[in-house]
Amino acid sequence: MNNPLEHTWQSVMDQLKTWARINSPWAIHFNSGSCNGCDIEILATLTPRYDMERFGVKLQGSPRHADILICTGPVTRQARERLIRIYEQMPEPKFVVAVGSCALTGGAFQGCYNVMGGIDQVIPVDAYIPGCPPRPEAIIDGLVKLLGSLKADGAPERASEPPLAASVLEPSS
Amino acid sequence: MQVPIMPAKGEKFIIPIGPQHPALKEPGHFEFSVDGEVVTGASLRLGYVHRGIEKGTEGRNWVQTLYLLERICGICSHVHATAYCLGVERLAGVEAPPRAQAIRSLVAELERIHSHLLWLGVAAHEAGFDMLFMHSWRDREIVMNLLEGLTGNRVNYSANVLGGVKCDIDARQTDAILAGLEHLEDRTRHYLTVVTSDVMFLRRTRGIGVMTKDVAEKLGVVGPTARASGVARDVRLNAPYAAYDRYPVELITATAGDLEARFIVRVQELFETYRVIRAILADLPEGELTVRMPRRIKEGETISRVEAPRGELFYFIKSNGSDTAERVKVRTPTLPNMASVLTLAVGHQLADMPMILAGIDPCFSCNDRMIVVRDPAGRGAHWTWDDLREYGIEYYR
Repeated sequence: MNNPLEHTWQSVMDQLKTWARINSPWAIHFNSGSCNGCDIEILATLTPRYDMERFGVKLQGSPRHADILICTGPVTRQARERLIRIYEQMPEPKFVVAVGSCALTGGAFQGCYNVMGGIDQVIPVDAYIPGCPPRPEAIIDGLVKLLGSLKADGAPERASEPPLAASVLEPSS
Repeated sequence: MQVPIMPAKGEKFIIPIGPQHPALKEPGHFEFSVDGEVVTGASLRLGYVHRGIEKGTEGRNWVQTLYLLERICGICSHVHATAYCLGVERLAGVEAPPRAQAIRSLVAELERIHSHLLWLGVAAHEAGFDMLFMHSWRDREIVMNLLEGLTGNRVNYSANVLGGVKCDIDARQTDAILAGLEHLEDRTRHYLTVVTSDVMFLRRTRGIGVMTKDVAEKLGVVGPTARASGVARDVRLNAPYAAYDRYPVELITATAGDLEARFIVRVQELFETYRVIRAILADLPEGELTVRMPRRIKEGETISRVEAPRGELFYFIKSNGSDTAERVKVRTPTLPNMASVLTLAVGHQLADMPMILAGIDPCFSCNDRMIVVRDPAGRGAHWTWDDLREYGIEYYR
């Protein structure tokens, strides 16, 4: 980065990337133990009455194409490894939105033996949307706020420290 | 938790699907062995959404358990709560007032509308018919509004309390529901035309996934999946609960047993649901909404069956006389229906798999529970912690 021209070029590219990302973030949805309540509300936000696509948000199948990981439900012991794997497969920069009370803290399932707690016990979370389930308006509001924070400084303020330790990421046998 | 009904052979080409896959809205892992494009075997691994709810009920009192059980499934939360409330009320020897029973049936039928419209959309989406998906979900918002107006929440309504219901219905809400039904009935007629006459759509549904009556009875499938194969099975008729003896339901069956029949049965059930809701609203009994429930429930055990939108939902509840349940066992409709997917998959094109899976209206969050079908080690029905641990180590090896 010693060359001033290269520096300028890099910052222009960064601005361009941020602009493009904010205008059309692609989202992937993963259910790590949800009751379906939040999942059907996420689907409802995509359908004509709420229509999340007007913000450029498109739900889409592969983690390798996604910018935002929308997580629902508490993390069960079975789904944990898969959740980490999906997070790892997403290209940087990536953002995680936890939807619903269970995704925040484990919600009604706190204390069940197979539940590890909220999403932020496993992967870092950028936006939390509470509710059981959150209304589609709330989900839209959460995503718009996430996009707004990207616009302001390029990266949202993380409420939680990334707990991803090297031991967590060891591939399963 | 692996269900090796049709074991995938080692020498075949195996296509894994899930647990995260665009065609699956919930985590489940399928392995299809294929010969070219034709599926020759299927196996299924469930359990990604297993949360340990049945064990969780043992640490909660009777009232807290109600709200936990409601969250077994967000799509059919009301039927779970109804089954539990009816069972606990029977154990306690109290009966909810007639008005409460009628409102229970009313909310259950509204829930059936929302669930069937949801399914219609998702199943159409699996067929690549996104227009129908968007239309049916737009119309579903009408019934979501009605449910929200009645109970205060769009999903997980918590309309039931032990000993009755928490929400009453007044003239304004009655008018809103009737007006909503009018519109929905009109739209449903349109959907029935679409699923029976759209040529492109019929090529994905007609003659696909045919399940004869014999096979359906052998596999023990329930709900609309069974009724589409001509099996006359509906708990609302066979063993009326809540207010269904007062407002009888007519059985909708079809004989073809293919995917088209499952579409037709579910869409026609919507008309029947509209009729029942109108009957309930026209003749709603007056009176109290709740009766007093004791905090401790008498010792005993009971079963409770209700008809969820996906089929028969079964609860076994055992009380030891304290303020917590000793055992709550849940059997949800998707698990018996899931066996039909693995059986029907064989011989079909790989591209038909999402449709055959969607045809049973699967709900993984309901069915992910510990179940022992056949134990090769002969350990019997009792598993100690050490047994489970050993099983787990063996399973993940």
